[in-house]
Amino acid sequence: MAAPKMSVGKPTADRLPCNTTSFQKKSRSKLVSIPGTRPSIQNGQLIVSTGVTSLDYVIGGGLAVGTLLLIEEDRYDSYSRMLLKYFLAEGVVCGHELYVASALDHPNDILQANTTLVLNKLYGTINKQETAHPEAAFLELPAPILDDIASPKTEDQAKSCDPESQDAMKIAWRYQHLPKVQTALASSSRFGHYYDVSKTMDPEISQAARCHGFYLPEHSTAVTSPTATTPGQSPMPETYSSLLNNLQEVIHREGFDGTVPQTKSRNILRIGLHSLGSALWGDDLCCRENPSHGHALTTFLYGLRAMLRSSLSVAVVTVPSHLIQNRALMGNITRLCDTAIALESFRGSERETNPLYKDYHGLLDVRQLPYLNCLVCDLPDNKDLAFKLKRKQFTIEVGLCHHNNPLERVVT
Amino acid sequence: MFAELNSILNTSPDSFKPGEFILVSDKHTDASFLIHHFLSFYLRAGCKVCFLGLVQSFSHYSAISQRLGVSLTQAREKGQLVFLEGLKESLGVLLQASKGTRTMDFLRDPSSGLRGLYDFVRDNVRGAVGGAEEWGPPVLLVDDLSVVLSLGVSVGAALDFSHYCRATVCSELQGSMVMLVRCEAEEEEESDDEGSERLLRGLIHQCSLTLQVQGLPTGYCRDIHGQVEVCWRGQCDKQQAQKKLFQYKVHDKGASFFARGMSSAVL
Repeated sequence: MAAPKMSVGKPTADRLPCNTTSFQKKSRSKLVSIPGTRPSIQNGQLIVSTGVTSLDYVIGGGLAVGTLLLIEEDRYDSYSRMLLKYFLAEGVVCGHELYVASALDHPNDILQANTTLVLNKLYGTINKQETAHPEAAFLELPAPILDDIASPKTEDQAKSCDPESQDAMKIAWRYQHLPKVQTALASSSRFGHYYDVSKTMDPEISQAARCHGFYLPEHSTAVTSPTATTPGQSPMPETYSSLLNNLQEVIHREGFDGTVPQTKSRNILRIGLHSLGSALWGDDLCCRENPSHGHALTTFLYGLRAMLRSSLSVAVVTVPSHLIQNRALMGNITRLCDTAIALESFRGSERETNPLYKDYHGLLDVRQLPYLNCLVCDLPDNKDLAFKLKRKQFTIEVGLCHHNNPLERVVT
Repeated sequence: MFAELNSILNTSPDSFKPGEFILVSDKHTDASFLIHHFLSFYLRAGCKVCFLGLVQSFSHYSAISQRLGVSLTQAREKGQLVFLEGLKESLGVLLQASKGTRTMDFLRDPSSGLRGLYDFVRDNVRGAVGGAEEWGPPVLLVDDLSVVLSLGVSVGAALDFSHYCRATVCSELQGSMVMLVRCEAEEEEESDDEGSERLLRGLIHQCSLTLQVQGLPTGYCRDIHGQVEVCWRGQCDKQQAQKKLFQYKVHDKGASFFARGMSSAVL
């Protein structure tokens, strides 16, 4: 008996226009089948991939929709940027919408088809190409490794029926509504992909993605200096409140919070917020031990959490925690996020030449895992993890104490 | 509701002491499983529950309570449970689309304190006049109080809030109160400007029963998630403070508590 559609977990109750069978499994959950997501094995939550399969494994299968991942940046913000890029590239490949906010680099570079400066500093080489845009290509996304690189054309989602194939399925008509196996980008039924960091994503692929950008210098003209009209002082500086307002506006306009009627197919919004809490956002959290707006970032994160819980979106936030002197503040920030990891790279430190660490680029610490709709969370077996960025994979491996035993590895 | 915890605390849904202020605190771990215990406990006991859920959505508590055998949606419909979804209300306040209610006013202006929140509690904790008096004594549950410190409210305002609530709920209405406070302070830090330690000390002074949850002092363990120190504070002259220490492990449908060294993984 052919089970309709989903490979894992409970199927959806949605009816398809080309559904030729009236058989539908009864299910209590209202999981919608959105491309690029799947229900978690542990608790049935809808999860998306972070773009790095080993990171998915470490945080319990993937990022749950409606939650927030905090990445504590490494010293030079190289690997945390890489993780953010993986996250966004995964969104492009799965067909999700993107929202990128940065105070440093313009998010619109992602859509530019021109070749730009490709800074390959992880390999110590710089490949200079035609520079049409001198700004660093912050969001040049790594190229996905697909099985068959057919001519990349944007096709409709696999759910829509092909008239010819309907005639073709006369015997196996129960399989009519299963998605066709396609090699090009349109359907990505796999969960999690691999990316080649030495190449950048084809402009046709990245242009197919809908991306909303928030570049702080553009919005700062709309920001007026706070006049003393209100008696109390709002805890959030204008930068954060304008970001929050813009994000809410995008969520509402594109219908991620469920206000759009059912005819439009559901999609996930991937939100990437780069380097919050740094001085570029107008926050002095990283500059002083007793910041004047000590609660700015935490209030923003509270508002962001409220927004995520009520919409179909996932957020990744990077924070330069090594600049924050007040450890208690970092604890507050961590507790307001759901999943939190910290990166510590060896580059530039004395550990780089230490033979103990020669196989790795840095350490990864899982600071917090969320309890979502259940009492337990998937606690990891081993807490000391190290990462290595290879050309085709970002691997996270267990334990430098086990470095003598190369057979003991985390499944990647 | 965790049966082992009930026997440790010598309570049951049929008989529990009125006027209790129970403080649940944690350090470097997550003690919210105890909040779920108390929520299902008091709902089973038939009390009128006012729940301030400041950090998670209603569906989170509802899903977990379902596994513990209590339906929150039903309780809410019947009027037994009043649930404040802090996250939902906060959006209106934070986003100048300002239809925000007064309850979460402290987000707009932290120096004004938690007056709006207390008004909400006071209005909802008294039973409906002339309406169903079949619910038991009122119960206030707060999850969690230390998040207001992260949002800018001062320690004094938070302590005032708990004092007012205690006066209303415990003394006047003979109900119970359960609050969760999360701390992060390291032991070496003396000057704690953040105040979660100060808040904790202030609340310990006000409460009648504390459950302090910590990770194991010897390090991380997969089978034992941490330890709980239960402390009954002597209220009257005759009663002395009594302390007990247990270790716990959280399962999918509950938690088991055992004496130190008696974990099933070790025996």
